[in-house]
Amino acid sequence: MSILVYIEQDQGKIKSSSLEAVSYASALSERSGGKVSVLGLGTIAEEDWAQLGQAGAEAIYHVADERLNSGVIQAHAHMIALVYQQVNASTLVLAKSALGDAVAARLAVKLNAGLVSNVVGLPELSDGFVVKRSIFTGKAFVDTAIPTENRILAIKKNTQPIKTDGTAVIVEKLTLELPESVFAAKITGKEKASGEILLPEADIVVSGGRGLNGPENWGMIEDLADSLHAARGCSKPVSDLGWRPHHEHVGQTGVKVAPSLYIAIAISGAIQHLAGVNASRHIVVINKDPEAPFFKAADYGIVGDAFEIVPKLTKAIKALKQ
Amino acid sequence: MNILVCITHVPDTTSKIKFTAENTQLDKTGVQFIIGPYDDYALARAVELKEETGGSITVLNVGEAETEPTLRKALAIGADEAIRVNAFPKDAYFVAEQIAHQAKEKEYDMILMGRESIDFNGGMVHGMVGELLAIPSVSPVMKLELEGETARLDREIEGGKEFIEVALPFIAGCQEPIAEWKIPNMRGIMSARTKPLTVVDAVSVDQRTETRTYELPEPKGEVKIVENVDQLVELLKNDAKIL
Ligand SMILES: Cc1cc2nc3c(=O)[nH]c(=O)nc-3n(C[C@H](O)[C@H](O)[C@H](O)COP(=O)(O)OP(=O)(O)OC[C@H]3O[C@@H](n4cnc5c(N)ncnc54)[C@H](O)[C@@H]3O)c2cc1C
Ligand SMILES: Nc1ncnc2c1ncn2[C@@H]1O[C@H](COP(=O)(O)O)[C@@H](O)[C@H]1O
Repeated sequence: MSILVYIEQDQGKIKSSSLEAVSYASALSERSGGKVSVLGLGTIAEEDWAQLGQAGAEAIYHVADERLNSGVIQAHAHMIALVYQQVNASTLVLAKSALGDAVAARLAVKLNAGLVSNVVGLPELSDGFVVKRSIFTGKAFVDTAIPTENRILAIKKNTQPIKTDGTAVIVEKLTLELPESVFAAKITGKEKASGEILLPEADIVVSGGRGLNGPENWGMIEDLADSLHAARGCSKPVSDLGWRPHHEHVGQTGVKVAPSLYIAIAISGAIQHLAGVNASRHIVVINKDPEAPFFKAADYGIVGDAFEIVPKLTKAIKALKQ
Repeated sequence: MNILVCITHVPDTTSKIKFTAENTQLDKTGVQFIIGPYDDYALARAVELKEETGGSITVLNVGEAETEPTLRKALAIGADEAIRVNAFPKDAYFVAEQIAHQAKEKEYDMILMGRESIDFNGGMVHGMVGELLAIPSVSPVMKLELEGETARLDREIEGGKEFIEVALPFIAGCQEPIAEWKIPNMRGIMSARTKPLTVVDAVSVDQRTETRTYELPEPKGEVKIVENVDQLVELLKNDAKIL
């Protein structure tokens, strides 16, 4: 019985959350046995494959069909199910993401598998197969047993460190038939900034709130983000007002992030915003109001005017990095 | 256009989450329950589509009797009838089987759900129902326009969006800014009292996951307030070891 890992690419690069998923599967196989196979779909940069062996993959399969480059949910689910059966897997591991969730759900039905999403740790195996998952948008956790023969685990970001000491593996190319029916939801176009650091994947996030007064003031947020190689986020009113695109909106009704460092600038820290950031390792808050609720959720804080502090911070970080 | 909207009955986003019965149950004391915020977006868009094209909206919840006020609220917002599948929603797969069972009998043109529930946050039920009914499921959907028998959807992706064309029937997991949340008006509230709310039995389903004990996160330590950016950079470098 083996473990199959489904990896995602973004603009041809393997996502770091997928490398975490491979590392998770490798650690799982040390506990429960089973060979770790990895499946990549669509166009993936040649030089990226080596990372999978390093992360613990023992076999790698690639279906290079270009139609799989974007989020064709049913086509991905169809392909994964075929390979899952071919490698005689009993566990599918993937990174939690918008696409991963949508694909995993369909696979749970196809494979008669017990599916747990938002997994935050390796399983306990002493009394069944029990994993811990995050619920109530990070406000709680629950131990969940999976009694079925087949299992799917969608891993939350920052659960498993990326392993780099594995060995090289040869990539095996597969050509598998895709029925027309899996393209029933047809992708007709895409709008995406290229080269941007993806918010859910980022290790550092710099976020701005309504206190910044308008989109014309985002230059300093961008400068700070660039100096830290960070992704940009914002609060809900900021995207509601159209100051920033919706995919930057963080919180209960937006993107949930789990970076090493989250920097919140002129954001009050409403409970719905905190729900999206409570999995961050470290939180820095910059706010002119010492009573802002965000300080209670922060590790480090500066009370003061963002327009004064942020440019100084960018300068200090640039100086440090030189 | 006959639309099915599946809604959850979940603690208000400001609720403090606690557990009882040796951490095996949610402590509901003092908790106010609402329509899940993403489900509310789905319902709001359904109401707009009905205004444009006519037809009828059915709201469905899989839950015990306590969820009925939440279903009534959905009727007040603009749904025409409600179905409650009388069962504790054990897990996403259990819920998906119930929804699929109801949908098979009625043949809806479109099934709208929330992108995810805010209690278990799986984001799974729509995909499972899609597979059970063998129809496309798209999530997270931030725009939905109809052109006859075809729908044009914007699906949010990391760093942007994808444009999708799909024929009816299909399932969408909705999120903002698909529509503005709707607040029930007095007429809606009055008419909701007499709209039909049907209670049906659940179909039996093999259990695929089993929730055991709950746990709260470790409390956060004290915040360190610093006077200037140099001190902050120092802490990030030597205390947090990030820079
Ligand atoms: C169901 C529901 C879901 C929600 N989901 C989300 C969500 O996903 N994400 C989200 O963010 N919100 C969400 N909200 C909204 C949330 O309740 C808050 O309204 C929102 O987070 C406030 O955004 P803000 O902090 O940017 O703005 P404000 O509350 O206006 O706060 C602005 C802050 O900036 C500070 N400030 C002003 N000027 C300066 C300056 N010059 N320098 C430094 N600081 C300054 C102020 O002191 C203040 O703390 C949701 C609400 C509901 C009801
Ligand atoms: N108990 C339930 N009753 C009706 N619909 C539900 C239920 N649970 C989940 N859903 C629907 O499925 C969506 C996704 O839920 P989940 O997979 O739990 O994140 C929700 O936004 C609802 O639209």
